[in-house]
Amino acid sequence: MKKRNPILTTLFWILISLLTLFPIYWLFVISVKPAVQLFSTPDLILNNPYWGNYTEVLGNRLVRSYMINSLIISSGNALLCTVLGFFTCYALSRFDFKGKESIFFWTITNRMAPPAVFLLPLFLLMTQVYRIGEFTLLDTRIGMILVYCTFNLPFAIWTLRPTIDGIPKELDEAAYVDGASPWKVISEIVFPLCRPGLAVTLILTWVFAWNEYLLAATLTNFDARTLTTGLSEYVTTTGTEWGIMATISVFTLIPALIVFGLVQKHIVAGLTFGAVKG
Amino acid sequence: MRSNKLGWILLAPTLLILFFFGVLPFVYVVFVSFHQWNPFAASPEMIFNGADNFRRIVFDSAFLNSLGVTVAFVLFAVISEVIIGYMLAQAFMREFPGKAFFRTIHTLPLIMAPIIVGSVWKLMTTPSIGIIPHYLDKWFGISMNIGTSAPAAFFTIVVMDIWHWTPLVTLTLIAALVSLPRDPFEQAQIDGANKRQIFWHITLPMIAPALIATVFIRLMDALRTVDEVWMLTGGGPGSSTRFLGVHIFKEVFPKTNYGYGSTISVIVLYLTIVVCWLLYVSMLAPRNNRKG
Repeated sequence: MKKRNPILTTLFWILISLLTLFPIYWLFVISVKPAVQLFSTPDLILNNPYWGNYTEVLGNRLVRSYMINSLIISSGNALLCTVLGFFTCYALSRFDFKGKESIFFWTITNRMAPPAVFLLPLFLLMTQVYRIGEFTLLDTRIGMILVYCTFNLPFAIWTLRPTIDGIPKELDEAAYVDGASPWKVISEIVFPLCRPGLAVTLILTWVFAWNEYLLAATLTNFDARTLTTGLSEYVTTTGTEWGIMATISVFTLIPALIVFGLVQKHIVAGLTFGAVKG
Repeated sequence: MRSNKLGWILLAPTLLILFFFGVLPFVYVVFVSFHQWNPFAASPEMIFNGADNFRRIVFDSAFLNSLGVTVAFVLFAVISEVIIGYMLAQAFMREFPGKAFFRTIHTLPLIMAPIIVGSVWKLMTTPSIGIIPHYLDKWFGISMNIGTSAPAAFFTIVVMDIWHWTPLVTLTLIAALVSLPRDPFEQAQIDGANKRQIFWHITLPMIAPALIATVFIRLMDALRTVDEVWMLTGGGPGSSTRFLGVHIFKEVFPKTNYGYGSTISVIVLYLTIVVCWLLYVSMLAPRNNRKG
């Protein structure tokens, strides 16, 4: 192999990194500019940051309720998916069913369908069919938590399966011989051993739910609107409030960035759905 | 003793949720697609009309246009991502200072919400506040307006998608390249093979399974791109960036034409399945050949 000039290599990677980071930096620049300065010459360097957009967003009751909805829906959904995924994988790993691999494969296919296709049927089912008297699942947090299971639950099952399969069955058997109940085996033997896998699953499902837009935009009107749908409301035909839009984007981005720091190594496996070992 | 009953109890919630929110919608959308149904029209009842909706969709120029735009976008984006991603992956195979750091930065866009990516690129490319049109005009005298120019909007979306998803291709290909044995490469160099021969005859066949899997994932995701486009252009100008997902979103809900909307959904789902199946077969084919 030829020796490359190390300075050129480093310069190349700095350039690539700038291309990656610049759009995010620009988002931040716009969010700390007052509206009157937006249309003057674009400045690359930030001077006199203006925090008015941030105080306005945090003071806005509507945006605050979007944030709370987003938090409740993504946390509820991540917890539900991780717990159910754990139960499912335990059942698939430790019990003998007819066609359990078909069950496994079938759960995965649920994630492959394009969500746009399910917008209309889910909307119709949630308004017309899944109802008790006047109560429908449309525009409720519980409804969104359940709907997000369609993509997050298969993901949780997919990522947890190897973790649970990797725990020796002999551990369970020994506990059963000692007279432990199945619940005790699950909670005191299998669960503690799965903790790292469960943590990654919880975090990644949380981000997927937090980032979701299309289903939330269709299946919520007001009460259960999330931050991502709130963002698109600031883009209107009469004029966009650019600063506010950028600020909400920054707020939506922050949790993802934190999570990115936490589970960076597992991100590829998560996004490729395990098809390529990262 | 443990019985299968406990197993079913553990499975039941998952199966129920996926049945009601994954399977039933699918069955329901197929059912509705054979009906004429617009609850806010003169005749709000659901009327069975056989294959009329399907006959209509074949000649629906708006749908066909959206299909064409989607295919063009998928081809441009996925091919560019694979080429750029492969080159970056090869570059990452060398040792250089700060490699782990640069790789971490390169991974960053992956975790961003598509809607935020759309918003970021909207702030970059909207005329008068965006930095890209400003400098294109100042330095090269090119005027770029994604609000009025169809090619500008289309290629902005392609570039945005490349920015967002090339890191995924890079990382998966790094994983594939790292696991390759060294011997064939050394042998080929001893035999005097040039770089291009090594690529076509050794590297490419060996990373083919990983490459196809990556293309498969990117194709499926690119086919359902909605959020970023919705944020950036809303499908415009005109219908130049109205991808299939955007088309469903824009066409079905405002017009409340649920029967025909279901037909569009069924066709899109069908096309997705066909594309996935073709890819799946092409993924299996090389393996079977090797066996035979």
